[in-house]
Amino acid sequence: MNIQAQPEGLESCVVACWSCKGPASPRALFCSVCNAVQPPRAVDHFQRLGLLPGFEIDLAQLERHYFGLQRKLHPDRFAGRTGCEKLYSQQQATQLNEAYETLKDPMRRAVYLLKLAGRAADADPKGTVSDPALLMESMEAREALAEAETSAEAGAVLIRAEADIASGIADLAQAFAERRLDQAEKLVLRLKYLSRLAEEARAHKARLARSAGE
Amino acid sequence: MSELLFDIHEPGQTPLPHAGDAIAVGIDLGTTNSVVAVAREGKPEVLRDEKGQALIPSVVAYGADGTVTVGAQARLQILDRPQDVISSVKRLMGRGLADVKRIAGQLPFTVDGDEQAGMVRIKIGGRSLTPVEISADILMAVKARAETVLGKTVKQAVVTVPAYFDDAARTATKDAARLAGLEVLRLVNEPTAAALAYGLDEGAEGLYAVYDLGGGTFDISLLRMEKGVFQVKATGGDAALGGDDFDHRVAERFLAERGFQTLTADAVSQVLVTARVAKECLTGREAGDWMLDLDGRLSHHALTRPELEAMIAPLIDRTIAIAKTVLADAGVTPEQVKGVVLVGGSTRIPLVRAKVAAFFGQPPLADINPDEVVAVGAALQAEALTRGSDTLLLDVTPLSLGLETMGGIVEKIIPRNSPIPTAMAQEFTTYQDGQAAMRIHVVQGEREMVDQCRSLARFDLMGIPPMAAGAARIRVTFTVDADGLLTVAALETTTGTEQQVSVKPSYGLTEDEMAEMLRASLAHAKDDMAARLLAEARVEANRSILAVGAALGVDADLLSPPERAQIDQAIARLDAACRETDRQAILDATQALEGETKAFAERRMDRGIRTALAGMSVESLEKVAEPVKPGA
Repeated sequence: MNIQAQPEGLESCVVACWSCKGPASPRALFCSVCNAVQPPRAVDHFQRLGLLPGFEIDLAQLERHYFGLQRKLHPDRFAGRTGCEKLYSQQQATQLNEAYETLKDPMRRAVYLLKLAGRAADADPKGTVSDPALLMESMEAREALAEAETSAEAGAVLIRAEADIASGIADLAQAFAERRLDQAEKLVLRLKYLSRLAEEARAHKARLARSAGE
Repeated sequence: MSELLFDIHEPGQTPLPHAGDAIAVGIDLGTTNSVVAVAREGKPEVLRDEKGQALIPSVVAYGADGTVTVGAQARLQILDRPQDVISSVKRLMGRGLADVKRIAGQLPFTVDGDEQAGMVRIKIGGRSLTPVEISADILMAVKARAETVLGKTVKQAVVTVPAYFDDAARTATKDAARLAGLEVLRLVNEPTAAALAYGLDEGAEGLYAVYDLGGGTFDISLLRMEKGVFQVKATGGDAALGGDDFDHRVAERFLAERGFQTLTADAVSQVLVTARVAKECLTGREAGDWMLDLDGRLSHHALTRPELEAMIAPLIDRTIAIAKTVLADAGVTPEQVKGVVLVGGSTRIPLVRAKVAAFFGQPPLADINPDEVVAVGAALQAEALTRGSDTLLLDVTPLSLGLETMGGIVEKIIPRNSPIPTAMAQEFTTYQDGQAAMRIHVVQGEREMVDQCRSLARFDLMGIPPMAAGAARIRVTFTVDADGLLTVAALETTTGTEQQVSVKPSYGLTEDEMAEMLRASLAHAKDDMAARLLAEARVEANRSILAVGAALGVDADLLSPPERAQIDQAIARLDAACRETDRQAILDATQALEGETKAFAERRMDRGIRTALAGMSVESLEKVAEPVKPGA
């Protein structure tokens, strides 16, 4: 995955540590000389969590790295420290949380990968659907949901949506593996619609179950 | 001196300088009772009075002579002089006037004050006090208990709050601690603290649910415990549902049995106390008889456990429904939950245990006293924060945070159950040509309409340069820190001149009011503040000395002997200043050391860049990607 332009300037290979004022690596979390926590640098989520960019990631590894980094950087480790150290640790932990939340969810990960490739897959989060096939599918599913009168009927819509999501994610993995980003973009749109549908089906099912006193 | 210079610790492991004899405690500031505990080398101990009592009733009595009594002594006075005694004040924390008036209808509170903005005040014992001040009185008693038992000064604490507490209630709790002369190391969610107590005790691994039903609040949290990491997956609850509501059901029945009668606030107190006694008795017994002597008329009331259960079952069902939602949020089924931890006095009720067991399909864990488990967890966390620890708590924000947009619709910025700390931003634009200001209304809650959510703060972003409608780009950033407290900043980004406003939402209590309360309530408040500022200056000075020492350790050859001597002198002067108590002298000496090492720092950077250049051809091959610009 081609990520970002690489300005090969001096400033990108040495930065000054805010605490001891000496040279520090821009990728260091702590100054190698004085041990002070450094502010987070602008790296992508994969780099931040020490993973190779791509749709297929090892979730256990993601978690291991996330926990390991939070162990060092979380504000709880800086409770009695100076204002600067507290601030940088909070910023570091915030960035780690954002990276982790983005990468652990297949859909958000896909959207993020497309964004890194310069494609705005999430430009409109409410997503107006322009693909006629998807539009048709969406209308039919919504109709089925609206007509569901028992929680079992709503449950059937939910089960189908969840199955479609699972196969959609498998398709997405393949599209990324084959670097077919147009296809990936399409699949992301469909998955977005499907997860909204699943959410509505879940809510509708719960409503019907409640009113039936189940 | 030299041993200080090279005393470098692992990140996060440096002991607090000048910690002295002080010790950090864990405080469970409860609706009905408060508990304080301390942990030493991972061993928690609940601090008890001479009679062995751990619970300090969260009840305050205000005497006409200015005396303040807290705890069991205050509770004894409820029946004699209810107008001077206040309980369950936690239910009012961070509440607006409308909320308090609603609750005041049920509880013996007399609300003082008008519709003006500002924190509500309660008329009590001839005084007019905010919930923050009353809570501070409770915390002062808790602090005194800890200091008596430990024989040490207590200045720092981890204070627990219901996970479902909103931002205003959290801020109010932190303010109360400040008023009581306690620095809050961290606000920790009660269920998370309970899990911490269990996790360390049992070495538990896997998914656990913590069901916390206290006097005034209900919380349910789902946590994953793994290798010392406590990760909250989802949390939910009801900040106004608890054992007090059970008491009300019983009280209403007793009053109905007596026939219609207009009651004084005193009589309401009395009925509620009797109702609570009845409820507690029926935990161990099948039936009982109680007596009410109100306004000179005596009445007898019989109640059986099945009758009590019929009255409270709908309330318990509400907690189970919330538990269902939280599990669904986390995408977890009840079978996947490995254990259920019970917290809060109300979980002693057999029907609560039965319904929880039925829902999760297993008997809940209650080996640690449900009244003490939260304080134990808080104490462990207090030790972890001050002495370092291998465990890590990763918590989430319980309620979604958003902004009001056109038509009173809420635009969510931070969804509930986001791990904290977190920061998220959203862009908005103007809707009129030449619009110079924008009103920002911050709300918290899950509903889609503003009027159904909790309003946290309103402020105006001023000085937007004149532009056509829709041209301005206003970036609103929400930041939630590790205590779960929110800061909001708004920024106009299209023009070179950036306008920024930050607000710290707090329900009605302004910084000025806070300062005034500190002055009024604490004779030593000024000393306290000065001591804190002095401690901060010392921490900063110490960091500076360690940093320069570390730099000298690697790059001392860049200095001539006279230069080195100058720096050593500056360090010695700063070190000497730190031993004294003149804050300004410490700040000046810190500044002087910075100045003295400026040239040294420049030479170090030069050397670093030269080294980097030499190694760059190799290093650039390793790079997969590089930041656009350093500094996020």
